[in-house]
Formats: sequence, C-alpha cells, structure tokens
Amino acid sequence: MAQSVSTDRREFLKKSAASGAGLVIGLYLPGKYAALAGTAPTDATGVNAWVKIAPDDSVTLVIDKSEMGQGISTALTMILADELDLDWKKIRTEFAPAAPQYFNPIFGLQGTGGSCSVRGSWEPLAKAGAAAREMLITTAANRWGVEPGTCHTENNAVVNSASGKRLGYGALVEEASKLPVPVNPKVKEANNYKYIGKPTKRIDSLVKSNGKAEFGIDVRLPKMLHAVVARCPVFGGKVRSFDATKAKAVHGVKDVRLVSTGVAVIADNTWSAMEGRRMLEVSWDEGPNAKNSSEAIRKLYHQQAGQSGAIARKDGDADAALASAHKRVEASYEVPFLAHATMEPMNCTADVRADGCDIYAPTQFQTFSQMTGAKITGLKPEQVRIHTTYLGGGFGRRAEQDFITEAVELSKAMNAPVQVTWSREDDMQHDFYRPATYTTLTGGLDPDGWPVAWKCRVVGPSIMSRFFPGSVKNGLDSSSVEGIADSKYAFPNFLCEYVLTEPGVPVGFWRSVGNSQNGYITESFVDEMAKAGGKDPFEFRRRLLEKAPRHRGVLELAAEKAGWSKALPAGRYRGIAVVESFGSFVAEVAEISLDRKAGTVRVHKVVAAVDCGRFVNPETIRAQIEGAIVYGLTAALKGEITIANGRVEQGNFNDYDLLRIDEVPQVEVHIMESKDGPGGIGEPGTPPIAPAVCNAIFSATGKPVRRLPIRAADLA
Amino acid sequence: MAITFSLNGKSTTVEVDPQMPLLWVLRDTLNMTGTKFGCGMALCGACTVHIDGEAARSCITPISSVSGRKITTIEGLSADASHPVQMAWIEEDVPQCGYCQSGQIMSAVALLAKKPHPSDSDIDDAMSGNICRCGTYQRIRKAIHRAADLQASK
Repeated sequence: MAQSVSTDRREFLKKSAASGAGLVIGLYLPGKYAALAGTAPTDATGVNAWVKIAPDDSVTLVIDKSEMGQGISTALTMILADELDLDWKKIRTEFAPAAPQYFNPIFGLQGTGGSCSVRGSWEPLAKAGAAAREMLITTAANRWGVEPGTCHTENNAVVNSASGKRLGYGALVEEASKLPVPVNPKVKEANNYKYIGKPTKRIDSLVKSNGKAEFGIDVRLPKMLHAVVARCPVFGGKVRSFDATKAKAVHGVKDVRLVSTGVAVIADNTWSAMEGRRMLEVSWDEGPNAKNSSEAIRKLYHQQAGQSGAIARKDGDADAALASAHKRVEASYEVPFLAHATMEPMNCTADVRADGCDIYAPTQFQTFSQMTGAKITGLKPEQVRIHTTYLGGGFGRRAEQDFITEAVELSKAMNAPVQVTWSREDDMQHDFYRPATYTTLTGGLDPDGWPVAWKCRVVGPSIMSRFFPGSVKNGLDSSSVEGIADSKYAFPNFLCEYVLTEPGVPVGFWRSVGNSQNGYITESFVDEMAKAGGKDPFEFRRRLLEKAPRHRGVLELAAEKAGWSKALPAGRYRGIAVVESFGSFVAEVAEISLDRKAGTVRVHKVVAAVDCGRFVNPETIRAQIEGAIVYGLTAALKGEITIANGRVEQGNFNDYDLLRIDEVPQVEVHIMESKDGPGGIGEPGTPPIAPAVCNAIFSATGKPVRRLPIRAADLA
Repeated sequence: MAITFSLNGKSTTVEVDPQMPLLWVLRDTLNMTGTKFGCGMALCGACTVHIDGEAARSCITPISSVSGRKITTIEGLSADASHPVQMAWIEEDVPQCGYCQSGQIMSAVALLAKKPHPSDSDIDDAMSGNICRCGTYQRIRKAIHRAADLQASK
C-alpha cells in the first residue's frame, strides 16, 4: 500500500532527549498507521520512530511486536537491515511504546498473535526502511552535488559509487529527516537480499544466555512493592469476607487489600507476600459454578450434541449422501481443557501517579493494556505508557488483561510501584484454557472406498464471544470450527454444525486455537475413513487433496523424507497428518513404538514439511516447528486440566507435567521454497502432531484414539 | 538474621528471614534476576544455581542452609558470555523465549564439570529436571555436545 505524505505531517524529525551517548535522531515514517492514528502521541523520549540513528552510525530499530520466543525481534530486524543495508554488528533493538502508529494492520490495534507478526509487518517495514534509505541517499547526493543514482548504501553509510566518498548515516540523518517521505519507495529485490531468506542467528541469544534478558517478572523499580493475590478457586466466585490479621503479622507484609480479582497481600519482597497469603483467611461466595465438574461438562456436551447447531459449512446434501452410502463410519471425539503453562508465570508491574502511569509487562496486546490502565486510573491513554518486556512464553495467554488489571489497581491503592507475581498454582488454576470440546462425526464411503460425505457436529465454548463479541454472528464462532469446517479434502457433500455451549470454565487462545483440537479430530477421522475404505492414509489424502496443491506439496514432501513407502523395522509404526493454519501448510509423519505392557508410547522421530510461503529467517522456521511439535506432543501425551467442585484440580508440574528432554523425539524439518505470500509460523507446527501420533497408534493397534490425552488403554 | 556466603566469588551478607529461599534472596534482596522462578517446588529447574559446584534448586533452599558456602549463579559464569556452554548456546541458537535457559545452562555446566564427554543418556539424566516449554531440547542436547568439544579444545 503506497505511503502518502500528508502536509500536516511534514515534520518528520523528532529530536530525542539527549542521552549520554549524543543526540539520537529518529525518523518518523508515517504510513498506513498514520491514517488510523489521528494524533501521534510521543513516547517518553519524545521520539516516534521505527529507526533511530546515532552519531556513530549505529541504528536502533523499534520492534512493535512482543518477543515471546518466536523470533520476531530477529526477523523484523532482518527486514529493516536489508532495506537500510545495515552492518549487523551496529544494530540495536528496543520494544515500541504503545502508540497508534504501531498498530498491527491485521488487527487494527497493537498486538502480537495469530502468527501474523511477519505477515503483517513485512511490507510496511520494508517500505519504511526503503523510504529512509532514499532520504539518506538524497541528502548525501545533494551534499556531494551528484545524482542520487550514482550512490549506493552499505554498512550504515551512503557511498558515491564513482568517487568512493562515504558519509555515515549519523552525519546525514538530521538533514535527511527534513525531506518529504517518498510516496512509493523502491524496496529491495529478493535476489539482492543480504539477510532475508538466509539462516540468521537470533539477536537475543546472548542476553538469554547470560541472565541479562529482562522479563516482566525481572522488572525492578525504586521503592517497588511485591504482591500476590488470593483468588476464588471456583470460577465466577467472589470474596465474601476476609481476615488479614495473621497475614499482616508476617514479617515483610505491608498491607492486605481487596482487588477486583480477590484479596492481595502486599510486601517488600515476593516470598513474604506469598507467606502472608498462606496466613490470609478468606471466605468465598463460590457462585453458580461451585458444583461444576469434568463429568458434568461431559454430560452437558453429550446432551448438546443432540441439538442442531449453527451451520459452519454446507456443501451438497450430506444427510442424503450418508443415507445411501455403501459404508458409514461413525465416531465421537473428546479433547480436554489445556493450560498454557508459560515458564514465566503471569506478572505485571505498575507505577500509577497523578500525572501518568507506567506499566511494565510481558504483554501481547499493548493497546488493550493501555486501555485497561486508562480505565482503572482515569488517565488518558496517552498518559499510560506500556513498557513491553521479553515474554517468558506467551502462547496466547498474555493477550489477556487480568494480570495488568491487578497491578494497576494495587499501585493506585498503594501509591507506589507494585509488581504482582502469580505462583505456578495461580497460573495453572486461573488460566483461560484451550477449550474442551466434543465432536460427533459420520463419514460415508462409496463401494470403492472413496468418500461421498462428511458430517460433523462440534460442541464447545466460544472464545470470541468474550474476546471479540461482534465477530460471533448467529451463534457461529469461526475459531471454534477452524481446522474442521475449512478442511480442503474433496468431500462431495459436507456439513459442519457448531453448537455453542459454555462449560463454566474461562477459555482463551491457546497456541493454534481451534486448529489444535480440530486438526487432531479431522486428521484422525480422515484416517478412520481411509482404513474403512481399505486405503493407505497417505494415498487417501493425496487423492482427496488433488485440487489443493499446497496441502499436497507438504504431504508428499513429508512422506518422501519419512520414507513412507519403505517398510519399517518390526515394532515401529507411522502416522501422517496435514493441517493448514494461519496461512501456512504443515505435514508431519510420526514414527512410534509401543510398550503395551507398560502402556506407554515412545515417539522416536517426527519428519515435518512446511510451506509458509516466502520467509524471512529459515532458522526461525525450523525452531518454531521444532518447538510447536513439542508443545502439541506434550498435550497429546499428558495434557489434561480437570474440574471438580467448580475448580481446577491441577496446580503444579507434579500433576500437569510437561515433556522433558528425555521424552522428546528427534525432529527433522523440511522447508518448501516458495514465492507465495508469507504465512505464519508460530502456531502451524502444533495441530498436526497429535493426529500424526494417534494415527501411528491406530496403525499399530487397529483402534483409533478418540480422546486425548493418550491413555494406556489406547495402546493395548 | 545475618547470613554470609560467597556469591560469584564475592563475600555477601544478607539480613533476612532464615527460611527465605535462596531464589528470592537473589531476585528480591540482591536484585539478581538472572535466576528464575518457575514453580517453587523444584519441579521445573528454572531456579538452578550451583552450591559448592553442585547444581541445586534455589527455590527450596533456605538461605540459612547456604551460610558459609559458595554460590554461583548465571551471572557468575563469565563476564561476557565466554563460558563454553554459553558460547555453544549462542552458536546453536538454543533459546526461544529464554526464560528457562539460565537454569538449563547451570545444569549443563554442572554436568560437564562431572562428565566432560557426556553421552545422550548422561544428558537425559542430568537435564530432565529442567523444563523448556518452548521445546528447545533438541538444540540443548546439541549445544551440550558442542560445549564439551569447546571445553576439550581449550
């Protein structure tokens, strides 16, 4: 999208407050975001910019996304480094303040999620970099009295190709920033990329290997207090009364206060706050969910499956086709609630003062955090500054504002900076869980074993009804059926219904969202249909994806690299799955063995093929697929949050364990070269692993695995 | 109560409740936040430090028990990430979110001190107490082997 120069934005220079190292000048490059912005509030240093250039030519790039391990700080740096011909050794990065020009064009607000950081930022960032480069060249060319076309850029400098004369960006930026921003800057051609497309080491490995990376929980402010909050263990419950006498007697405890989520114990260190909370006596009004249980939820879901639901997709007449089908396959699938279990528990630090508020948090959604701060304090959004730290894992959990709310309320109440820390138990028991769902399916086959119909009914909660209510129309939440209603298999008749059912447990975005459960369900049932028709699972899919070349491409590549057509050694079994999500296509082949006596499955190897379109950093692609597979495999083998008496039964890693180094398979990732538009990579590696493993078990035992996590009984 | 111990080579005295875990003395009393809180029950390994050269979970170690002992944290491994394990971690692009990595590195350093050429089975045993939610295990394993080579060539 072309950038326009609006005359009321001719001042592109904002001088930063001079800081020790000399004057740093920012280039403010308005683009699409300016149209959304209205006004452009300045951050604490008075600079709004994507690129800040120092006198020594070093360049600071502003990263407007949250770095939670998915490597975007490196990828976004690579894009700007290519456009500005930067010396990799002279690049610094910092995280952006909350401001409208950092809105994610896909969301219309500042936030990281949906595997769309690179997808959303690539073009605008490349254009911003290209525009800055042209302005710097024009300035140097004018100074030398030559045509801009005779100049090129390299290593943070403009060079006159003929004379070899060189001017560093630092010497040019002040004058350059007075020029009008080019309307249609020329971005680099792909064959000239120095960084993009090439394996590049992460820029944050150093600080994450020497203890210096600052996560939200590491923020330290002068006179900062520490707080923990006692929350009603039953969802929807409230404080009836509390007695703080014993809590306040604990050494280090300063105060005990009511907050909107429960009762807070505030101390001069985290441990004393936790000790104080142990001595706190709270009487809870447990509310309407006090008798809820996993069994009750299961019963409710089974009941609801008898209702017709919102139609998510209807092709042809599945009922008629099923009635006359040669063979029918019927199944119902269940998946449990899952916790995010980020290694860094939820936390937030807030410093509320009369003239403004500073929030330091590992947040995924800066705009919401700013709005939350403004609402609680009564300050204007521009007075609420968000300082995004590194995130010790996100997976969608840190899109929520509950931990932000607590810190802001407490800082306001205590008139001091307050850091709220969640214990592992708090985190496990007050999550917004990956939904538990129940799905019934019927497939119909013709006499040759090829499908004539697919009918399914999905029962489960709606994340969007809480998070983006306007997007749920006529009872249809697309995130509840993604991965099943949008499958690309050539079923001549297809019906998918969704019965929105709330289970009394808060639900939210968990890595790959609806694709996490529906990818498992779809790919497992496809294997059931293949088997019923006497077909090899790979060949079955290959023919049904004839008209879906990108699905077929990764499917064939994964099968080839896994040696699908070759015999396996005795006792080894394979399963395959292919899922499209967030604009990318991933196929995985899992190789397993079973210990039927012990009731355990060992996943030895996973071969993955990914088509994510054009990509920035192949190292990131590889790492994200590796990590997403471990995340999904953990869920398939171990993940289960259960509810009893309205509360979560699990609390720590003793009863919600995660896969460890001795349990993970060897993962091999094959990346398809592509000229297609970029797809996402943070999430797409997760959906295929559970079905790939379950399909391998199906191949070994002849029994499909219709419920997660995998149990010993499934392996007999 | 005053408790004195050696911290990264320097004598350090703190005045805290003797039951306060070493983890929180490091993080809150001394503002050394490289050692992380993950579970509080020695189940995740994020809090791993060395006590007299042995890997220990600081979240369950009362400060009184380290009186007179030698503590090493992630900050004390090197001034400039030049420890072979840190160098291998960077070479192999190990971290993703990075939150568990201080603990992973401290456990790996302790392993290599005992077994300079660990087998995969040695690595399993020594490292299975350290959870990585981002799933960087494959690279951790590779980096430990790489660090063993780097250490051997010194």
